Amino acid sequence: MRIEELLKQLPVTVAGDYFDPAVTVAGGYVSDLLSHVMGQAKAGNVWVTMQGHQNIAAVASLVGIAVIIIAGGIQPDTETLQKADQERIVILTTKLTAYEVVGRLYQLGIC
Amino acid sequence: MIKLKDNQKILLEFNLAGSAFDLAGEASSKIKRVLQQIGVATEVIRRIAISSYEAEMNVIIHACCGVMRAEIYPNRTEIQVEDQGPGIADIALAMQEGFSTAPDFVREMGFGAGMGLPNMVRCSDQFDIQSQIGKGTTVLMVINH
Repeated sequence: MRIEELLKQLPVTVAGDYFDPAVTVAGGYVSDLLSHVMGQAKAGNVWVTMQGHQNIAAVASLVGIAVIIIAGGIQPDTETLQKADQERIVILTTKLTAYEVVGRLYQLGIC
Repeated sequence: MIKLKDNQKILLEFNLAGSAFDLAGEASSKIKRVLQQIGVATEVIRRIAISSYEAEMNVIIHACCGVMRAEIYPNRTEIQVEDQGPGIADIALAMQEGFSTAPDFVREMGFGAGMGLPNMVRCSDQFDIQSQIGKGTTVLMVINH
């Protein structure tokens, strides 16, 4: 699914400067434990987390994750947004809980 | 794209500083970019990136400093990480999934899940670890392309 479609369907906000509406996501992964993300998430996944620190950008970049949704109203650190911009990773924030985000993504067919 | 000849290798070396969480992953990202430039398969790059990132993080979390060397050959990548740190008392225990000695502030960042060494083993074709208490730990990983 194209990320611009996600933005229409979910109450999410683009947090950083980098945004490309044509970025697509296929499947997803949810965890706050970075080694589990490294080991189990797949390239092209959307990653749902409540971590807002800059190491999430490095992990996403190495795994090939193009979109991170930071749930629960957590705001990413400034350094996180800078790194994500450098790595061309889209960071979205939402007040929805991680549980709600994943449920909504699943309903949209991102499984 | 650059193509490596049979007898060529690329050597990358990085100094790692303990507790430098702001730089975490930079060495692994540089290795990944070189592998992309020489046309290594995406799935192989993923295994190398996971192996190197986990090893890099272990130095940053546990040691005072370390060196990561990546030797990239046409058919394989060898990653050696040598740190000056506390060493590992029981390697077999440290290799178990879920076992971690990471401090709480590191766990709160999502590290220290006890998956670092198991991830390295799973992603490498060869894995070797040597450790001396009070001196440090050396990890060698070979990933075939």
